[in-house]
Amino acid sequence: MENSSIIKIENLVKKFPMGKGEFTALSGIGLTLSQGEFAGLIGPSGSGKTTLLNIIGSLDVPTSGLVKVLGQSISELNAKESARLRKENLGFIFQSYNLLAVHTVYENVEFPLLLLGLSSGERKKMVMDALEWVGLTDKIRSKPPQLSGGECQRVAVARAMVKKPSIVLADEPTANLDAANSHNILKTMEELNRELKTSFLFATHDEKVINYLHRKIFLLDGRIDKDEVVSN
Amino acid sequence: MKLAIKLAFRNLIGAGLRTWLNVIVLSFSFVIIIWMKGVITGWDHQAKIDMTNWQIGEGQYWHENYDPYDPFTLNDSHAPVPEILREEVRQDSMTPLLISQGTIYPQGRLQSIMIKGLDPHQKIFHLPSHKLDTTISDAIPAIIGSGMAKNLQLGISDRVMIQWRDTEGTFDASEICITDIFSVNVPAVDQGQIYIPLNELRSMLNLEDEATILTYNNVRTDRSDVTGWIHKSKEELTSSVDELIKVKTAGTSVLYAVLILLAMLAIFDTQVLSIFKRQKEIGTYIALGYTRREVVGLFTVEGTMHAVFAALLSAAYGIPFLTWQAKNGWTMPMDTSEFGMAIAQTLYPVYSAGLVAGTVLIIMTVTAIVSYWPSRKIAGMNPTEALRGRIQ
Repeated sequence: MENSSIIKIENLVKKFPMGKGEFTALSGIGLTLSQGEFAGLIGPSGSGKTTLLNIIGSLDVPTSGLVKVLGQSISELNAKESARLRKENLGFIFQSYNLLAVHTVYENVEFPLLLLGLSSGERKKMVMDALEWVGLTDKIRSKPPQLSGGECQRVAVARAMVKKPSIVLADEPTANLDAANSHNILKTMEELNRELKTSFLFATHDEKVINYLHRKIFLLDGRIDKDEVVSN
Repeated sequence: MKLAIKLAFRNLIGAGLRTWLNVIVLSFSFVIIIWMKGVITGWDHQAKIDMTNWQIGEGQYWHENYDPYDPFTLNDSHAPVPEILREEVRQDSMTPLLISQGTIYPQGRLQSIMIKGLDPHQKIFHLPSHKLDTTISDAIPAIIGSGMAKNLQLGISDRVMIQWRDTEGTFDASEICITDIFSVNVPAVDQGQIYIPLNELRSMLNLEDEATILTYNNVRTDRSDVTGWIHKSKEELTSSVDELIKVKTAGTSVLYAVLILLAMLAIFDTQVLSIFKRQKEIGTYIALGYTRREVVGLFTVEGTMHAVFAALLSAAYGIPFLTWQAKNGWTMPMDTSEFGMAIAQTLYPVYSAGLVAGTVLIIMTVTAIVSYWPSRKIAGMNPTEALRGRIQ
């Protein structure tokens, strides 16, 4: 990784087949993200935020261009390598939480650690630490359907953070939350960013989130319209 | 694999009633298949034991002309006991049986029968031949099976006219007196058979010292044909039972297939529904670091684990049930004496380790295949669409 840049994108194009033709979701994207940034992709629906986030998260591949995450080119990774990248270095937070409904809070947060093959003792300590960060140590035996939306998203944050990944990708994390819960979640994430030096990249059009961002990357019709750093 | 098992376990336990319904259906298949196969194996055992005890001993020598399916051969199916076998007869480890055709007239009706001359002191068959060791001044003592007695409406002490033809072709007649009625599961020993003292029949037919069949009860491997006599091993004599069991097994296999099919249908449905309903979950697994193939593996393990749970549940209620059945047997609701085969009224199932292990292995394998089949769809899913829960 040159100059502590963890994400490097050059001339990224992403097209999707549509009917007999193609739809260009991203066009000529160039972007570099450094370690510890708290940045967001901002734009209206259809601007390509989620598509870009999915490509960075190695859940999708570019049509053309270069996308390097932690020094690895997404286009060149095979299924196993991209799974390893996600498993070891990336954390995901989704708009609708995507928690495993039949698992308890503890088991949901423990899941990424199981994939990493950590021992039961290590897992327990890390899960409890993560739940303490989000203030949910009293809910370890609850299952997602028994939790409020805010609590679910806090579990999702704990799950994303538990393995202390290099990058957390958060797709509209506050879209289903009220103002108070949104602020709580964002504060927590900001603290974790500060304490653990984890990079956060949001995809959002929510003002509440935008206000917290230290770097705002505006997307419009699949292109970067503006990229501004907010001084603290 | 260990992780897949752990996650599959959590998912199944978490799924609650849906899991248990499948497990219960599958466990019925386990128990019913093992029980039915056990009944058939038990029947096989019982039929062979009954045939050994009542009809064939440990093997027989047949007169070379004897054909049980052709009564016309009986006139020529007799000869003196061969010298080489006389010592065994003297030691009571072999007993001669003389067979002739005859007719009885119960209540004025005509009934063709086989007259069998049996040594009253023989120790090989369970037949109550000692009841023939009696003197009745104006009749021949005879024993018959309960099925025959029922058909002819004969009871102990009843008398009935019997007619036979001696070796000269002369018809003769006398009266028999029923001295005992025995109950037996081997129809060939019961239906149409009348047992009288051997010497009596020999004298009736003018066939002193002769026999049609020689039955032994000592197992020796060096037996072979003797001049004029064909050796029949126990295996040969019970081969008809083996054939019957084979046919029955083939017939019941259809039922096993239906049972397994029903259980598999439930598993297949659950898998298809899971993949349909759990798109988001599948996407989440991939986002968190699973490959699509690993998710296919997880869903396959999850489906197969139904069979593991079913095996455990089957053990919980199946072992007591199957043990109870093995001890007390299964009494058939209808009268088996008219089935025309060696079948007891109460069958005692016999279960072997091979039967249990084979059944478990077959159901596990079929469940794994049925679980894998719909799960393959996951391999073609787009994870970004799956994450949003879009049906693919």
